[in-house]
Amino acid sequence: MMGHWIIAPVVLPAFIAGLMVVAMRNDLLLKRVAGVTSIVLLNAIALALLWSASTHGPQVYFLGDWPAPFGIVLVLDRLSAMMVTLLAALALPVVLYAIGSGWDAKGAHFHPLLQFLLMGIGGAFLTGDAFNLFVFFEILLIASYGLMIHGGGSERTRAGIQYVAFNLIGSSLFLFALALTYSVTGTLNIADLAAKLPSLPEGDAALLRVTAVLLILVFAIKGALVPLQFWLPGTYANAPGVVAAMFAVMTKVGAYATLRFGAMVFPPDLPATGMLLHALILPAGLVTLVVGAVGVLGATTLPRLVAFGGIASMGTAFTAIGAFTPATTSAALYYILHSTLATAAMFLVADLVTRRRTHARLNETAPPIAQSGLISALFMAAAIAMAGMPPLSGFLGKLLILDAFRGQEALVWTVVLVSSFLMILGYARAGSTLFWKASALEAQPEEPRAEGLAYTATITLLVGLAALTVLAGPVTGWLDETTGNLYAPQGYIAAARLGQGG
Amino acid sequence: MEALVAIAIGVLTAVGLYLTLRLRTFPVILGLTMLSYAVNIFLFTSGRLTQNRAPIIGTGETYADPLPQALVLTAIVISFGMTAVIMIMAIGGFLESGHDRVNMAEGNDEAAEDRA
Repeated sequence: MMGHWIIAPVVLPAFIAGLMVVAMRNDLLLKRVAGVTSIVLLNAIALALLWSASTHGPQVYFLGDWPAPFGIVLVLDRLSAMMVTLLAALALPVVLYAIGSGWDAKGAHFHPLLQFLLMGIGGAFLTGDAFNLFVFFEILLIASYGLMIHGGGSERTRAGIQYVAFNLIGSSLFLFALALTYSVTGTLNIADLAAKLPSLPEGDAALLRVTAVLLILVFAIKGALVPLQFWLPGTYANAPGVVAAMFAVMTKVGAYATLRFGAMVFPPDLPATGMLLHALILPAGLVTLVVGAVGVLGATTLPRLVAFGGIASMGTAFTAIGAFTPATTSAALYYILHSTLATAAMFLVADLVTRRRTHARLNETAPPIAQSGLISALFMAAAIAMAGMPPLSGFLGKLLILDAFRGQEALVWTVVLVSSFLMILGYARAGSTLFWKASALEAQPEEPRAEGLAYTATITLLVGLAALTVLAGPVTGWLDETTGNLYAPQGYIAAARLGQGG
Repeated sequence: MEALVAIAIGVLTAVGLYLTLRLRTFPVILGLTMLSYAVNIFLFTSGRLTQNRAPIIGTGETYADPLPQALVLTAIVISFGMTAVIMIMAIGGFLESGHDRVNMAEGNDEAAEDRA
């Protein structure tokens, strides 16, 4: 049992971030050391939590020892432990890349903001209270606003304003949904909601359906689901590359919340909502996938291409989530693990390229870049992962999803396979413009930069993908049990010990 | 009282949505503020509208629900902070680009190109 350690992924980054702002204001080296130390510790804590959640089942932490459902609770189950581990595992290469490439020196507050972002995302994964989920969403958003405009520049600032305005509307929507939830059910505790909703009077069914759709809309904004995806390309393409890589896990917060609410609070066998969410999310996921794939083929700059690749991966994940069956959900979880690492790796490679190239446009050639051999190999590996070709885990993820839809949806197979083909074309075209056509130009590449740490970080992410491929058997076995717990949440509800206190 | 509150929320939301669809940053920020006012009142009513009741269960037939007030307080603090953030970003964007239009120039990712 983990006791107080459950809140450590929230408290540790918050404490370190505060310390950085107060005590290490002008000392970059000290901030780097503190940042890396915090993230290494976070990794250790996340692994311990993961082990504990797998062996001991769901556990709860009562904040201030107030009994549920009156106080706020954090709940550690397999799903939240997995997402926290994914967050920590992504943060380490990102922070190493930021140090190696010098991105973190371009503004005073990169490291504290990154810690606050980790705090917000970690909290959103762990919390067992819907209003607390809103608060952690705001924490991760306010940190992401700062990170998004890190390094400055007028285009970046103005893209940032659009991003902030859009998310503020999303936050208002979230509050409307929460107020409706509270007025219908009288509770905001997720376990309590899951326990109470099946016995709700029939007269409230219409209000409950509105609530469910509003909540899913909010999560769809976070997860960039069509028709709410349009903030993503502008934001990710204008954000610093290393920040965009970290943002790869932010869209997964939307996917996680959709899964938590869609499978536990509004499960398909709930009479009031039934298959409503399924009917909304599955088609939207398929359209998202198509939009992403067409965007990859048509993008005019490299960061935009990767951003559309990210949209396509969210489309694939939401398609699998939207079916709301145990088989598709565990395939979706595997794909989420894969696509977070793959999208981040692709953003880091894109950043390696654009910082060396004279411009980021894909419709014009540019002189060859320094170290183009190594970078092109990294680009190819990341592109294979993003497009879902063998031998990396993207292929296995898509295979699992296709297999989970076997016999019921000819449509899903067609869309997933055709969009994969479009993405292969898009990445191949980008790669040939970036690396092959460049060698036809005369200009000599500039001196290679010594960025060992940046390369190490990118390669670490790709090694993570390879590990996910090799360990696919045990991982999917573990995910199947996770999904089982999600669709039979008695353990989660019992862990919250409603009304009994700690 | 229900009708009054409902109309107030509706008008605030409508004004907020209209203003957020404007092309300049200042009306957009005003619109977001209006939206947050609307949502704060809506949150407040989620505990049912009551008058002259104690916020304690069991002292009378009905009671004033204290939880939505705590939720509103949290929402006010957060929306206040967010408004400050977007205000600073809008001023920064205005000073750097010389105008306060919200939309971006067509197909222009200068920030991405500045990286070299």
